[in-house]
Amino acid sequence: MTAKQSPMTNLTQLTLSDAVDGLKAKKFSSQEITEAFLTQIDKSNPSLNAYVVVTADKALEMAKASDAKLAKGEGGKLEGAPLGIKDLFCTKGVRTTACSNILGEFTPTYESTVTQNLWDQGSVMLGKLNMDEFAMGSSNETSRFGPPSNPWRRTNSNVKLTAGGSSGGSATAVSADLCLAATASDTGGSIRQPAAFTGLVGIKPTYGRASRYGMVAFASSLDQAGPLAKTVKDAALMLEVMCSGDDKDSTSLHLPVPEWTKSVGKSIKGMKIGVPKEYRVDGMPEEIEKLWQQGIAWAKAAGAEIVDVSLPHTKYALPAYYIVAPAEASSNLARYDGIRYGARQSGDGSLTSTYETTRAKGFGAEVQRRLLIGTYVLSAGYYDAYYLRAQRVRTKILQDFEEAFKQCDALLTPATPSAAFGYGEKGDDPVAMYLNDIFTVTANLAGLPAIAMPAGLDAQGLPLGLQVIGKALDEEACFKVAAVIEQSASFTARPEKWW
Amino acid sequence: MSVDKNTVRKVARLARIAVPEERLEPMAKELNGILTWIEQLNEVNVEGVEAMTTPVAMTLPMREDVITDGGIQDQVLANAPKSEDGFFVVPKVVE
Repeated sequence: MTAKQSPMTNLTQLTLSDAVDGLKAKKFSSQEITEAFLTQIDKSNPSLNAYVVVTADKALEMAKASDAKLAKGEGGKLEGAPLGIKDLFCTKGVRTTACSNILGEFTPTYESTVTQNLWDQGSVMLGKLNMDEFAMGSSNETSRFGPPSNPWRRTNSNVKLTAGGSSGGSATAVSADLCLAATASDTGGSIRQPAAFTGLVGIKPTYGRASRYGMVAFASSLDQAGPLAKTVKDAALMLEVMCSGDDKDSTSLHLPVPEWTKSVGKSIKGMKIGVPKEYRVDGMPEEIEKLWQQGIAWAKAAGAEIVDVSLPHTKYALPAYYIVAPAEASSNLARYDGIRYGARQSGDGSLTSTYETTRAKGFGAEVQRRLLIGTYVLSAGYYDAYYLRAQRVRTKILQDFEEAFKQCDALLTPATPSAAFGYGEKGDDPVAMYLNDIFTVTANLAGLPAIAMPAGLDAQGLPLGLQVIGKALDEEACFKVAAVIEQSASFTARPEKWW
Repeated sequence: MSVDKNTVRKVARLARIAVPEERLEPMAKELNGILTWIEQLNEVNVEGVEAMTTPVAMTLPMREDVITDGGIQDQVLANAPKSEDGFFVVPKVVE
């Protein structure tokens, strides 16, 4: 492929919505924008490690097909738009490993519903994006391919920072202009925390909105797909296409998918926005509190009414999550036995040893830790004390939200308790790492939609995000409030290019 | 509840993960760290509270009990580490 000069490079900086419009107006072709991205990926991926597979040939083939449609004035909602796909989504004929060694060179013979929806609307696949192994992590360090590098760095520092996790590759790729937008998934905050760490917008829809068919399972009652994008409108456009009712997923909601792009820009005048006092945690940097107050002021200025609310069981969300998620993971990951697919190890040659060594070699340390926790809390005599109790606490958390939503239409909170951190800065304590998800995990436990968007920079020049949590099925409220914050913050900062 | 070396050995066996002897003790420590933290859930009164299922009330869909898929043996075996004559090959299980 020939390296093209600046006009092509600029194409990679477009928002998804502008790119789609530009393609429709034939200002440039899908082949041109796809080549521009492939050139950038070629140049940048060695230092950023966002992509774990680049599907250049497939991308150009898809772009050509899109150009043929666009030439005839036809095409879907995302016709010709190049996207990155988290390695958690099965893509037919393209290696999918959830960044785990245990999946070896696994190449799906089928397509996930979410990605199929994207292809049906004309998008172009650039490749598969880095992530924490089986989405278990908050820094993308558990990937078999090593972590990506956050394009953002602290002012006057060259310390490598995490782009967050588990969707760290997706966040890195979108933030560094290596795709227009990306798919991601969120079990405890894996879309929203990386969004906050890289100055992006990310939304997890209501549980059941996006089909889980063909998504590598982590914790089935919590997993939801969603996008990472540059703007609120882009996120709305992506989510509209990604969501659908699906017979292949029995927890899928067979409901019409609203036109969320139309929510963006709608007034929030008269809307009641709740501020939960329990989201003010010990040790939270003053800057986050300040940002939160700023967000509240912006919402007020836009005509919203601010209401103080209480979510008393917030502090139990993370402990409950660390029972439910590992328990479900230990059951879901039982399928990796080295018999039907993946990398097999023979051990001493017996069947049991084949299983045990396949899993010991194939799973990384964090995954093994969680599988052991999950197996323990589900083992004879402990099920009631741990798993059942956690599921009941989950109901209490949902009830907290239901109470709060009697007084307000949406909640505004910080997205993360800190800005992006450096690799290794969290030490060896797994619990310290888990605390990253303190503001995001409640929405997973309660199944509610939640969006994170950039709202400012900290003193070290790193992006900080706020979060809007909506009622079940009310993604519209999330998009409306997020768009107001986006506009008020006029967040235009970009990472300074070092890669 | 505190986890000791023997419990880790037992759980690792249940999870079918070979944990080397020298890793049992450190693993017990790690698991205890997490389990102690989790134990704060005991403070919550869950008397009479149902376990959470879903935020949006829904019933599991029913469909006709008919075959909807099949005849894709080559696809099923496409990723097998070892296969022969249309079967997965596994280590010997009976003597």
